[in-house]
Amino acid sequence: MDFLTVLQVLDSTVRLSTPLLLACLAGLFSERAGIFDIGLEGKMLFAAFFSAAVAAVTGSVWLGLLAGIAASMVLAGIHGLASITFRGNQLISGVAINFLAAGLTVVIAQDWFRQGGRTPSLLGGARFEPVTLPFAEALRGVPGLGPVYYELISGHTVLVYLAFALVPATWWLLYRTRFGLRLRAVGENPAAVDTAGVSVIGLRFAAVAICGVLCGIAGAYLATALQAGFVKDMTAGRGFIALAALIFAKWRPWYALMATMLFGFLQAIALRYQNIDLGGVVVPVQVMDALPYILTVVILAGFVGRAIPPRAGGEPYVKER
Amino acid sequence: MAQGRQTDVAPAIELRGISKAFGPVQANKDISIRVMPGTIHGIIGENGAGKSTLMSILYGFYKADAGEIFIAGKKTSIPDSQAAIRAGIGMVFQHFKLVENFTVLENVVLGAEEGRLLKPSLAKARGILKTLAAEYELNVDPDAKIEDLGVGMQQRVEILKALYRQADILILDEPTGVLTPAEADHLFRILENLRAEGKTIILITHKLREIMAATDTVSVMRRGEMTATIQTSQTDPEHLAEMMVGRKVLLRVDKKPAQPGKTVLEVENLRVVDEDGVERLKGVSLNVRAGEILGIAGVSGNGQSQLLEVLGGITHGTGTVRINGQEIDLTGRHSDGQSRRARGICHVPEDRQREGLIMEFTAWENMVFGYHHDPAYQKNALFMDNAGIRDLAADKMARFDVRPPNPVLAAKNFSGGNQQKLVLAREIERNPDLLLVGQPTRGVDIGAIEFIHQQILDLRDAGKAVLLVSVELEEILSMSDRIAVMFDGRIMGERLPGETDEKELGLMMAGMDTKAA
Repeated sequence: MDFLTVLQVLDSTVRLSTPLLLACLAGLFSERAGIFDIGLEGKMLFAAFFSAAVAAVTGSVWLGLLAGIAASMVLAGIHGLASITFRGNQLISGVAINFLAAGLTVVIAQDWFRQGGRTPSLLGGARFEPVTLPFAEALRGVPGLGPVYYELISGHTVLVYLAFALVPATWWLLYRTRFGLRLRAVGENPAAVDTAGVSVIGLRFAAVAICGVLCGIAGAYLATALQAGFVKDMTAGRGFIALAALIFAKWRPWYALMATMLFGFLQAIALRYQNIDLGGVVVPVQVMDALPYILTVVILAGFVGRAIPPRAGGEPYVKER
Repeated sequence: MAQGRQTDVAPAIELRGISKAFGPVQANKDISIRVMPGTIHGIIGENGAGKSTLMSILYGFYKADAGEIFIAGKKTSIPDSQAAIRAGIGMVFQHFKLVENFTVLENVVLGAEEGRLLKPSLAKARGILKTLAAEYELNVDPDAKIEDLGVGMQQRVEILKALYRQADILILDEPTGVLTPAEADHLFRILENLRAEGKTIILITHKLREIMAATDTVSVMRRGEMTATIQTSQTDPEHLAEMMVGRKVLLRVDKKPAQPGKTVLEVENLRVVDEDGVERLKGVSLNVRAGEILGIAGVSGNGQSQLLEVLGGITHGTGTVRINGQEIDLTGRHSDGQSRRARGICHVPEDRQREGLIMEFTAWENMVFGYHHDPAYQKNALFMDNAGIRDLAADKMARFDVRPPNPVLAAKNFSGGNQQKLVLAREIERNPDLLLVGQPTRGVDIGAIEFIHQQILDLRDAGKAVLLVSVELEEILSMSDRIAVMFDGRIMGERLPGETDEKELGLMMAGMDTKAA
């Protein structure tokens, strides 16, 4: 494996990690506030479809992005209503959202576009284009760092840079601001927040809303940047891998970056090496495709150690009797 | 202290005609009370008398159905906690409202931050905490995590939280329930310092001794009503107890001398390691004889729970435990509750709601848990004799004075005292050789305490061995025939109740060897 191949795999890792990272940070906000969200998958899927549909119709990827965020926010609102206002079961609400998204996207796509549940392929301004960073071309020839800068760091869409910038931003928000302190507190002990005179419901809705925005960006990225259009079930379990990464990361932003990069790397490997010949035995492509998911299970079962979730997670807040 | 008695001063708090119902239950009925500034005002009453509800209304946690609140003479509406804080009210709840994995400083500023960024808030709070610590003996390490602090320290954090919000009125709900005697004394010193600074303190408790020792004025609540408000100096514990319960109450346990027989339980070098790998019992040795009660004193968390659990077959341990001379299995296949019961050990667990009962199940179902294999409960090879069990349960409930004596009611619908009687009835009626009892009267009304104590004493007088674990020193002193004090997973020493007092036991509970000193 030469240097360039390594760079290409890593470049692919960055692109494949991005939706995982966005979804993982989305889950982080929600779960840190005490609202478990297994509906990340559904929200991403919903956003993927609506961003692709609007981008296809209007020709503007930015309108598509907004539509994706709005669609994801609608589902986030439903989750918030069910689990915060009506104190329902957060898992059931999440499952319902996943089903809703999986079904609705295909039905609406078929009704609008008549292409078998997909959107038309996105072209030109209806997709996010790679951004070439300054001096990328000029530095390309510099040995060592030049190709790294050109292949790996430059040439991604703006959403990739946004996702990576969100890691320090999330850390700062969580640990350096009043909002972050209250958000973390409400996921640990909502009674402490309530008796301190801060609205538990308000904080939790804020967290769920942020989760909706980030899932929206993640979904839009899938349909309008990573690929060119929406296809049925295109999230392919990324929402669940993001949840796994969140546990692996112990609900911390920098660890989330590392965890999602690891899962992205596994996907990149699977994508590049479809048939591996091991001394006469050919490993079929299906095994390679399944590898990231199998490793997810292995990592979660064996390497996570003790991950302590936010203590009030999953529990609707009810004042004491 | 004297200024509070003057009548021309507006009361710090005045409640007029406060009523609050939860469904069909009238928690507060037309309550009026005046609390004078610069005094410590006690509110005493049995569990369920409505004390906590009243204070929660004052703190904006609940909305009253009717009534008015006046703060410093001004009519004030308190729709939420924020309004209560603005009105200068601070509350220290019985169950602390702290974020366990935050530092002291973070807990103090939470909800009272200066601006959007944390840094300036934390810096300011650090300074204020230093001043408060010096002023009121409220020393706490501001950078310690709550989960690393003992309950006494956690309580100080709660008080600091209130003072940081510039509370003039401090409400404390059952503040000494979790404290050692020394910690409780320190708390009362803090409260006196606060009073000296002109703060008003409301102390909610069901402990008569604390009312007598610490308060200027006391109000008595019974069944949602305020029955009396009097100067503490003009009353005595017997009178207060009578007003609380509505009848004469025996405050001292009336017991015959013990007639100890042969040794029933022998424990040698018992060790328990918990799931985190921490050794919680570090070689405990003790014995209990027939016809005696061995009381285990100690601050909760010093291994008493593990002692009960390992003897009751809930956790595993190492060492030697003999019952009636025969060794019992501590780790293997026969180390479970079922095998223990077969050997004549019955267990009334510390946490009746989690380990003693299934709250959603009916009383009669709960009355046979653990004994449901008993042939007496079977109708035939396939079915249990439910009707028969219900009748038996009704019978036991009547004998143990469980109210209401209705076996088809779910366990959660009984009060704490009656839940405890359900568990006691189930276990004592098996006529065990050894009864393990944890915190028999925690959260139980005075009236029911008397009854529960009598049942345990009756079992002793019937020649059975009793191991009693309690954090209530009064209970240990009055019930036990011998007292062992636990600290940090070890037995610090044994004393006879007639030859020791709360002070000595308190020192031993804090890990000090009083014999060596």
